[in-house]
Amino acid sequence: MQLVNLERDYMFPGHVGCPGCGAAIAMRFVLKALGEKTIMIIPACCWSIIAGPYPQSALKIPVLHTAFETGGAVASGVRAAQDVKGDKETTVVTWAGDGGTFDIGFQALSGAVERNENFIYVCYDNEAYMNTGVQRSSSTPYGAWTTTTPGQQWKRLRKKNIVEALVAHRIPYAATASIAFPEDLVRKVTKAKSITGARFLHIFSSCPTGWGIPSEMSIKIARMAVQTNIFPLYEVEEGIKYTINFTPKGYLVNEYFRLQGRFRHLSEKDLAHIQEMVDEDWHLLLRKAGSVAEIS
Amino acid sequence: MKQVLEGSHAVAEAVRLARTQVISAYPITPQTHIVERLSEYCADSTLAARFLRVESEHSALAALIGAATCGVRTFTATSSQGLALMHELLHWASAARLPIVMANVNRAMAPGWNIWADQTDSLAQRDTGWIQLYCENSQEVLDTTIQAFRLAEWLNLPVMVNLDAFFLSHTYEPVDLPKQNVVDRFLPPYQPRFQLDTEKPCAFNQLAPPNIYMEMRYNIQTAMNDGLTFFDQMEDEFEDNFGRRYGPVEAVHCEDAEVIMITSGTVTSTSRQVLGELRKKGEKVGLLKVKLFRPFPVEAIRERTASAKKIAVIDRNFSFGASGIFAQEIRAALCNHPGHPLVFGYVAGLGGRDVTTAVLQEIYWLTKGNDMVQQDSIWVGLHEVDHAVGQS
Repeated sequence: MQLVNLERDYMFPGHVGCPGCGAAIAMRFVLKALGEKTIMIIPACCWSIIAGPYPQSALKIPVLHTAFETGGAVASGVRAAQDVKGDKETTVVTWAGDGGTFDIGFQALSGAVERNENFIYVCYDNEAYMNTGVQRSSSTPYGAWTTTTPGQQWKRLRKKNIVEALVAHRIPYAATASIAFPEDLVRKVTKAKSITGARFLHIFSSCPTGWGIPSEMSIKIARMAVQTNIFPLYEVEEGIKYTINFTPKGYLVNEYFRLQGRFRHLSEKDLAHIQEMVDEDWHLLLRKAGSVAEIS
Repeated sequence: MKQVLEGSHAVAEAVRLARTQVISAYPITPQTHIVERLSEYCADSTLAARFLRVESEHSALAALIGAATCGVRTFTATSSQGLALMHELLHWASAARLPIVMANVNRAMAPGWNIWADQTDSLAQRDTGWIQLYCENSQEVLDTTIQAFRLAEWLNLPVMVNLDAFFLSHTYEPVDLPKQNVVDRFLPPYQPRFQLDTEKPCAFNQLAPPNIYMEMRYNIQTAMNDGLTFFDQMEDEFEDNFGRRYGPVEAVHCEDAEVIMITSGTVTSTSRQVLGELRKKGEKVGLLKVKLFRPFPVEAIRERTASAKKIAVIDRNFSFGASGIFAQEIRAALCNHPGHPLVFGYVAGLGGRDVTTAVLQEIYWLTKGNDMVQQDSIWVGLHEVDHAVGQS
């Protein structure tokens, strides 16, 4: 997929995201791939604000803002209504943050995927409740400071593996993607659009405000997350067929952590422990992908 | 054509006749017969609707919020705990101005677990912006459900049709089942004023700062006020087509009554019998049935009770720390009306306990025999209980 061919933008200039917002970048690329025949459902998240207050909208497609935990259910209803109306052309998309996906919206998402509802669920993941001021979610990674995991109470629990949870539903298509790999992201959106049934995209979307990084580092940090295996790029078809889309070059996690304010308190020992966890997760993924590749 | 129908099936028949397009529901006793019958109708194509079997009542209403925003006719049914779980989205549906119709089978809230008739579930949702209607028998259930779609789509407000658990939901009665073409005449296909449309992209339900939020709420109240007028207009049309009307309230022998008993739901039917018995004895008693609870028909209630000295409100519901909820509403409706009757509040039949003719007779004689209202609520038919006092 040549990005240069996707000239049309479906975002107006003038959204109200923070400088360097990964979620705004993610939206721009996803809409380029989806096109204008798209209805978007946005449960409470940063994008409830980024899209702009009444009577303005930053998006050129119809948007339905909904309650926090309803992303899976509202999309089911929109799809059902469009089907009843005979509209087979429009793509129905839920666009939710990690809180609305991993936590409060997980039940509705699980229900919708179990029913194999015909829509795309996109989670743009900034790894905490950023819209409310950086509180921990079940997507917040091990080691992170948030306003509800302050000081020595930094999060000592793993990030929930949302893709694997949905793969357990035998979802027709699930994939991770990153704002730092736009060709891969656009290809996955295009692929998801061509599939019928429930589809899930997990997009790593850096948050300069919440992570304590300069706004110009947004893409670099997202790229490093992939390069270090912290956020591997892969896709799973029918809950069985794994494809790893990026083979890492064996970077260690230290530099990724050292660049972000939210990890400033971590000791060398903590980072060594995190490296072990990342390696373990990567090996597990390799096993699922049927790969015999060894990590360097 | 008269058929013997269970109250739940009267709801299902109305939803079928309304040519509902998207249904979403989650099972809860005693609502299940409604959704089971509708599932059958969708499965055998008697009804060309999509039925979403979602994983919670919260998602049931969320799905309809999505569907209704696309401009299709929608329905769900629930009860008690399920309605409480929907609470957040009850507000959402009304503020998004979506004409969703819901049947709520009035059932007690837990704990302790109780599946029997009690109105506290729906009355606790009185401030959510839903039109609320209460039914007395299965014919009224069917008619009201058809009416609900007209009300909802005209006013762009959601409508809740309430029926008592078991006394209505599981009781078989002869019901006049209207013909499809007559229903079609009364209830033409839904013409949405707005909908999600890729040809005309709009943002719905977005951030509403203080400079606009209050006007949005005022518009809902304006629609509610319009609802009082439109209800009568709608019933004129309904009567033309089906030969029946109910009124927002129904007054029986209220013109010369000194004591008026005010009821809602199935207690009304028992009260009609008691009214007959008391009238035979020469008692000047009347009965006022309240069907429309939101918008509350204040003027109609004032007019119908104007001649009475006393009112006895019978509540199968309760607001802890206050009183029965219909009694509260009626006191509020009358308090600025000079020379209004005394309002006696009675609480009876909570959690499905029978409100018998004897209970209603007791309420009448208590009201007649008292010249002062000494407490907001008199609990009728209480067994011996340990009355907790203070910290003891």
